[in-house]
Amino acid sequence: MATESTKIVNALFDDDDVLLSGVKQVREKGYHVQEVYSPFPIHGLDKAMGLKETRIAIAAFLYGALGLTTAISMTYGMLIVDWPMNIGGKPSFTWAENMPAFVPIMFELTVFFAAHLMVWTFFFRNGIYPGCKAQNPDPRTTDDKFLMEVSATADDNQDELIATLKTAGAIEVSVNDN
Amino acid sequence: MFEFTGRLKTLSIVLILIGAVSVGLSFFAGSSSHSDDGHAEHTEHAAHGEEHGHGEDNHHGGHVPDADEYSYHKTASRAIPENNHKYQGEGHHDEEHAHHQMENKPWANLLVNNFFFLAISLGALFFLAVQYAAQAGWTVVILRVLEAMSQFLWLPMLILLLIVLAGVGHFGGNHIWHWMAEGIMDPESANYDSIIAGKQAYLNGPFFIIRTLVYFIGWVGAAMLLRKLSKKNDMTGVDYAKNWVKTRNLSAGFLVFFAVTSSTSAWDFIMSIDTHWFSTLFGWYVFAGMFVSALTVLMLIVLYLKSKGYLEQVNKSHIQDMAKFMFAFSIFWTYLWFSQYMLIWYSNIPEEVTYYMIRFREYKGLFITMLAMNFLFPVLVLMSRDSKRNFGFILVAGITMIIGHWLDVYIMIYPGSVGVNWSIGLINIGTFLGFAGLFIFVVFRSLAKAPLMPENHPMYIESKYHHI
Repeated sequence: MATESTKIVNALFDDDDVLLSGVKQVREKGYHVQEVYSPFPIHGLDKAMGLKETRIAIAAFLYGALGLTTAISMTYGMLIVDWPMNIGGKPSFTWAENMPAFVPIMFELTVFFAAHLMVWTFFFRNGIYPGCKAQNPDPRTTDDKFLMEVSATADDNQDELIATLKTAGAIEVSVNDN
Repeated sequence: MFEFTGRLKTLSIVLILIGAVSVGLSFFAGSSSHSDDGHAEHTEHAAHGEEHGHGEDNHHGGHVPDADEYSYHKTASRAIPENNHKYQGEGHHDEEHAHHQMENKPWANLLVNNFFFLAISLGALFFLAVQYAAQAGWTVVILRVLEAMSQFLWLPMLILLLIVLAGVGHFGGNHIWHWMAEGIMDPESANYDSIIAGKQAYLNGPFFIIRTLVYFIGWVGAAMLLRKLSKKNDMTGVDYAKNWVKTRNLSAGFLVFFAVTSSTSAWDFIMSIDTHWFSTLFGWYVFAGMFVSALTVLMLIVLYLKSKGYLEQVNKSHIQDMAKFMFAFSIFWTYLWFSQYMLIWYSNIPEEVTYYMIRFREYKGLFITMLAMNFLFPVLVLMSRDSKRNFGFILVAGITMIIGHWLDVYIMIYPGSVGVNWSIGLINIGTFLGFAGLFIFVVFRSLAKAPLMPENHPMYIESKYHHI
């Protein structure tokens, strides 16, 4: 046992369909596909890689609820408590009775919070927020190439993995230390 | 091939019989006791109104609020001073109104159920045309269900035509459309209403019947032609691509026609009930309810057929996409409902706000329940991806939305035609079941007449492997 460290095998593809079937073949042989870099989303890739289902929908619901709460407290604080408003000639000065007038605000803030916070959550979870360091090992993946990262432990047969990737259609394969 | 036999057929026939008995009973009960009933109800309300009037020092002076109060009928017209001398037989006029409202009950019941099922069929026809006009591929496996739903259209259209003819001909106590009342556009009559008379160019008997016939021919004709073109896919020796282009052109033409007639028909059959009142987005609001009901019924039929082992090409992705439509258009319906409501609530102009006053005072429970069923339910139940793929969740949301949108139609039609004398009972439920029976009978019979899959449709393969 010379090294205990894991190696990362990078395989470059020039077609998304070839890549997709390559991911399936590599996973069938029991290897772990760590990451795939692609210039555009590939339909069915998340399932082929065995990724867990995204939880962004749950986050979106919570952000929306936060936005709704903000809108309700804001309209209540500003237009009922701090500076009571005579709304449409109906000076009731209660939140519930003036509620229809606040629905557009509630709607807008719900959408605003859900949309914006969801975008930022997406950026941070995927490591593509402004100012972060680019993580793709090969800049060609931002143009027309696709890159698959397969982690190989010392126990794995690296030669067999490389051969598998080559037969799957990889145009370049390189081995890097983790 | 789907076969329409056995329990479903028996069920539909039983439902049709229940409906026939209910409609018969409603007219029989209406004609035998309306004079007693009408007076009893009216005096009760008058007494109630009197109490009210004294308590609130109401600005009408000695005027007693009654069933007619919310229509804003007399007061609005009296705002024009030179017409004031024309209102003398007031007491008589009010009594006649309450009497008319009782007579309207069976007609209003018939119109509500008829319009609801007409809307389902018409919404399906619209969705079918959209699939072709938008060159959509994923829906090919459900096109035959949509076609079958649109084949029902002629039946409620025919019944609607009869209701319209009865209204224009003052037959059987049909006073649903108030502008048809005798003398209402005649300056010499005690019934004269100057505001309604101002709408005579559009709201008059002959033109109303012509419009109904135009809708009848345009909609039913489109439904039949689309079906005919689609059936060509089952034949051999047809240029399927060319046939598809033909269908697409017809669909696009129909959509243009529908864009205009969906609005005008909503004004005609529903908005003109509250003749004084108008809303510029009423047509779209009615359309939104129509479309969401159609999508829900489409979903229920697809789920039924799947549970019987048909439509195996319809996969979970199709189901999820259809559920997305239900979810999205429930929100669209709410958006339009609220857009109409908020502007009227905010500006608080008497001739507009009376529309909601009667709905809030006399129909409050129904009104709030309807909103919760049509908005909160679909939003909360169908929001997540998993629930859009779960038949149980869809079924619960779907049935709630069907009832909710039926109530929506009820609340659009009843306040203006029956007023404070409304009730929901076995008659309404029976009539609903009767129309449901007719719907099941016609739709499933036409489903059985052609293969469930148009396998030669140019986009059939795309739809079969639809995956999201």
